[in-house]
Amino acid sequence: MSVMGTRVVRIEDQKLITSGGVYVDDLREPLLNGAAHAAFVRSPLAHARILGIDTAAAREAPGVVGVFTAADLDITKADDDPRTEPWLAGDKVRYVGEPVALVLTEHRYQLADAAELVDVDYDPLPAVIGFDDAVNGDTLLFDGTDSNVAQRHGGPFGDATFDGCEAVVTHTIVNQRVAPAPLETRGASCAWGEDGRLTAWLSTQNAQIGRGAIAAGLGVDPALVRVVTPDVGGGFGAKIGSPDEAIVLGWAAKRIGRGVRWTETRSENLTSMTHGRAQRQVVTIGGRRDGTVEAFRLYVEQDMGAYPRAPFLPTLTELMASGVYHFPVVETESVAVCTTTTPIGAYRGAGRPEATAAVERAMDLFAAEIGMDPAEVRRVNFIRPEEFPFTTASGANYDTGEYAAVLDKVLAAAGYPELRAEQVKRRESGDVVALGIGVSVYVEITGGDASGESGRVDINPDGTVTAYTGSSPHGQGLATTLVMLLSDRLGIPMDRITLRFGDTDEVPKAVGTFGSRSLQLGGSAVAQAADKVIERARELAADLLEASPDDIELNLADGGWQVRGAAGAGTVSWSSVAERADPPLSEDVWFADGKPTFPFGAHIAVVEVDTATGKVRVRRMVAVDDAGPVLNPLTFRGQRHGGLAQGVAQALLEIMDYDEDGNPVTATLADYSFITAAELPDFELVDSETPTTRNLLGVKGIGEAATIGSTPAVQSAVVDALAHLGVRHVDMPATPQRVWQAINDAKEAV
Amino acid sequence: MVHIEVNGRATAEEVEDRTLLVHYVRDVLGLTGTNVGCDTTSCGACTVLLDGESVKSCTVLAAQADGHAVTTVEGLGANGELHPVQRAFREQHGLQCGFCTPGMMMASVSLLNENPKPSRDEVRVALEGNLCRCTGYHNIVSAVMDASKQEVEG
Repeated sequence: MSVMGTRVVRIEDQKLITSGGVYVDDLREPLLNGAAHAAFVRSPLAHARILGIDTAAAREAPGVVGVFTAADLDITKADDDPRTEPWLAGDKVRYVGEPVALVLTEHRYQLADAAELVDVDYDPLPAVIGFDDAVNGDTLLFDGTDSNVAQRHGGPFGDATFDGCEAVVTHTIVNQRVAPAPLETRGASCAWGEDGRLTAWLSTQNAQIGRGAIAAGLGVDPALVRVVTPDVGGGFGAKIGSPDEAIVLGWAAKRIGRGVRWTETRSENLTSMTHGRAQRQVVTIGGRRDGTVEAFRLYVEQDMGAYPRAPFLPTLTELMASGVYHFPVVETESVAVCTTTTPIGAYRGAGRPEATAAVERAMDLFAAEIGMDPAEVRRVNFIRPEEFPFTTASGANYDTGEYAAVLDKVLAAAGYPELRAEQVKRRESGDVVALGIGVSVYVEITGGDASGESGRVDINPDGTVTAYTGSSPHGQGLATTLVMLLSDRLGIPMDRITLRFGDTDEVPKAVGTFGSRSLQLGGSAVAQAADKVIERARELAADLLEASPDDIELNLADGGWQVRGAAGAGTVSWSSVAERADPPLSEDVWFADGKPTFPFGAHIAVVEVDTATGKVRVRRMVAVDDAGPVLNPLTFRGQRHGGLAQGVAQALLEIMDYDEDGNPVTATLADYSFITAAELPDFELVDSETPTTRNLLGVKGIGEAATIGSTPAVQSAVVDALAHLGVRHVDMPATPQRVWQAINDAKEAV
Repeated sequence: MVHIEVNGRATAEEVEDRTLLVHYVRDVLGLTGTNVGCDTTSCGACTVLLDGESVKSCTVLAAQADGHAVTTVEGLGANGELHPVQRAFREQHGLQCGFCTPGMMMASVSLLNENPKPSRDEVRVALEGNLCRCTGYHNIVSAVMDASKQEVEG
């Protein structure tokens, strides 16, 4: 029986539950013996000129090995773009948390003492906080520019787009800035060997991209850089590639002639790792009173933070603007600005949660305007199954989708009519605790970069397998899934298969993990390598069995090669085939055939809102997430659980906030409302599997889907709870203060 | 000089006064299973047992543990056997990246010592001081229910 589709506990877990993972800070590598500890001195101001840096006192502090500033660095970045981010700030700082100096000490505890003694003379400049300030204010972040606008895309909008619509609604929606906050902060260790090569251990999702960045940054041949990924304590998009800090550490390791090790503090992480989201959107939706939407417009204002690290975010939001709907007219435009805040980057969903929140809020507003049930308005406008493949007005080419089917499933699982009846009853009885039901139907894009992935399968002479993937398992359970996949294809037990990844000497060419791409691209790559190995083995087995390759089959039950229809006539093992193979039985592939796929689903959130205090309690989260065939339901559900939690977190709790002077006010975990177990319900998951035709496994990505679906469902549920009070919208996070304010504003408006 | 029994083994080391228990365990003894996830005693990644009760070892000085017994994740199993909490975390997929896991398991052990048959809601409240970014907590709750030999719902 095939292992595929069965619940398999993870091969990753034994170490993690006994001695714990080996993360960057845990490394006891010989090359790191005697390594110095590193800390970055970071800007306490949002915006300032640096008049001078005095490191003399710090250099004299106990245990100090070195103190370095931009003036010491003899590595340079191409700076033809005035918005180029420096390795270390030399003349100006542009956000609280920007690195200004590097301090190296013998012992960990000496770092804070020495860093405090680095005396930076700042001349404060006005902070630029928020889109309006960036566009309308007098302060420019970068000399040599005439605007803080870093990028414009899409538009212009038509003058008559909504003419003739029976109903038109427009609304401003904030998709707030949040912190990815993986439990393991960023970290890196660097050491040069006697062979003149640099080894960098990075907490990263992409060792190979990291190697490229470090080699380019240091101006050395990539062959002289080895990046090794130890266990990674969560990434969520914010650990793609290499942080600039690792390049400075690589430089410093050479300069001091010994290894260096760096682990940032949590407070440092909350200001210096990229943040996510940070959009303000204006949606306009118009159509007929029977529920048919005729035109949709999305205008996106993207706060990029101090440096434009992620220009793809607002354009990806534009690409996915119309979601699961067949709108005849879709218009999008985005404007991205720089502000004196932490740079924005990818965070679980990266552009798609923002698109989904916009269109799903718009559908709710339209439903409220025409007095129709929000689930029904959605149904009227879905792209129908027979329309696939479907190219949206924004240019996305969707593969497969069963949007009405997943909506029906989630409505049935939630008991939608009963919930509506309970809501009516509560309203009629004047219950102070209001019931809200939020519906969200979503589609997203995975493997959207379409740049392929590497996979290699070696059959060893003892019949074991060593496989290499360019993907980067770091908690998703991908190692287990890929080993299951190989076991299933090769007929070799899982415990005889070893998976290698994350070391650029072993896997020189790869893209790695982001955008929910790993199974569809990395999985397809190792599957393809296995298939090629099988074809070569068939020839070798045919020789051994003195039969035609066409008559040879692999018995998947025991991993033996045999003559078809003559099982009793003798078999040869993988081991005998591999022993005979010259060159060794190894296939290395680049799976380049992977086009983007479009997972989809429907979520219902049920919340209770105390209208006296504004406090929201999530009572239920019901989710259908369809990413094609499920290889391991255990880890598939795990990905959905985590995604759901991060969606609820953004909808109700989390915000990375600044005061008007650009000081982050949520820069510790005591201030940042990281979601806990006590704030979440058990999740109710419903299955749905619609394959894609775009890779050989038929799979789509599941890493981000549930975050994308759940965030607007929860937000919508909060608004729905208050609909009878005249509330049409509450921005995220729907904190008690905001909810209470929305209720009071609605009362005053009456 | 502090004398601390760690995972049943007597240790005695000269440490700086300000040494935190978590750094004693990690850097002095080399037991790196216990992690540091924040600097405000908020995340619980560093949770260990001190005389059988869970504490956040980033907020305890090694000196305060002088003369006491500490258990870390490395000391949870015995004689090569997994502790019921370890077995349940694996069986219920109560971990993903693994970073919060040692602390989460130690907090779970402490919870079950105090309340051997908690409800799912009681588990959620008891683990409020331990943050996880990966699992959404659902399977962590299931793991604690499993470890307490109760029906795993949800």
